Amino acid sequence: MNQALLDKIQSEQFRKDDAKFGVGDSVRVHTKVVEGDKERIQIFAGVVIGKRGRGLNETFTVRRISYGEGVERIFPIHSPRVDKIEVERTGSVRRAKLTYLRKRIGKGATLVKEKEAVSAVAK
Amino acid sequence: MPLGLIGKKLGHTRVYDASGVLHAVTVVLAGPNRVLQVKTQASKDGYNAVQLGFDDQKEHRVTKPLLGHIKKQNGAAVKRIREFRNFSKEVKPGDVVGPALFAPGDFVDAIGIVKGRGFEGVVKRHRFAGGDSTHGAKGWHRRSGAIGQRLFPGTVMRGMRMPGHMGQVQRTTQNLEVIQVREADNLLLIKGSMPGAEGDYVIIRESKKRPKGWKPAVGSQGKKKEPKTAADAKKK
Repeated sequence: MNQALLDKIQSEQFRKDDAKFGVGDSVRVHTKVVEGDKERIQIFAGVVIGKRGRGLNETFTVRRISYGEGVERIFPIHSPRVDKIEVERTGSVRRAKLTYLRKRIGKGATLVKEKEAVSAVAK
Repeated sequence: MPLGLIGKKLGHTRVYDASGVLHAVTVVLAGPNRVLQVKTQASKDGYNAVQLGFDDQKEHRVTKPLLGHIKKQNGAAVKRIREFRNFSKEVKPGDVVGPALFAPGDFVDAIGIVKGRGFEGVVKRHRFAGGDSTHGAKGWHRRSGAIGQRLFPGTVMRGMRMPGHMGQVQRTTQNLEVIQVREADNLLLIKGSMPGAEGDYVIIRESKKRPKGWKPAVGSQGKKKEPKTAADAKKK
């Protein structure tokens, strides 16, 4: 019974919008930022290079190149500060963690789109 | 002053508050607590207190005198009984109180029995440093070292810290913040940890140092430092 109560507390806090995305996807993460007493939405766009954790503790890492410098941000999936997660395009990858992208620059760091990958196999 | 409840530790989890900050909380089952007796200054008791009972017990496990005492309120037998002096809420015998005594943002003290550690050495029990694990150390790793001087005083000083039994004593954790109150499930979500294992009983009491309505002292936190001189102001 105790575990059921704990699960209940946790599941109440899960995201309501069921954001579905995978490693390798290009996403736009809408985060709520509080400045003074105003709240606005800030967007962090990049590639999901990893997910970790279970349940309420699940987080994902987004990598982007900002002014020539690689930037990675880790977001808790269920955080109320993460307003929305938009998937721009799905990537075809064969790893759970895309740490190899850190070494790549320019075109080498772009991932093949899922559809293209499928059609390439068909050819 | 102190409101209080008898509770039971259920476990730990994490919750987001309204501003999206994640808090590590202890989940405490803090009700229903039934009022068994109200003592007052005017009566023969000579002091003000409220006696609360918590958790159902089989009747045959309770002594008959105690059962008689409980039966005055026509209630079921209880496992834990605790008295709270100067209970600031007006109650009468037979009333049921629960986590609603507290509100999010209140501070509480948690009293419980810490987990027993058994017979422990000085490193764990008194945070002694012990010896090197390497650099040629041999068989001298977790010892205490010397415990006295020479022929004078020729005795070990009283209170010398040594190995021995550790844990399983009552301890109080003060000033824990109430994060959530869930009346439907009789739960209190309290920030941080408290003594005892999961399933152990804890007393949740209104904080002694931060009772209801407490506010941080002005100037201690969040106050801007005024530049002392014109030169300081310029620097900034």
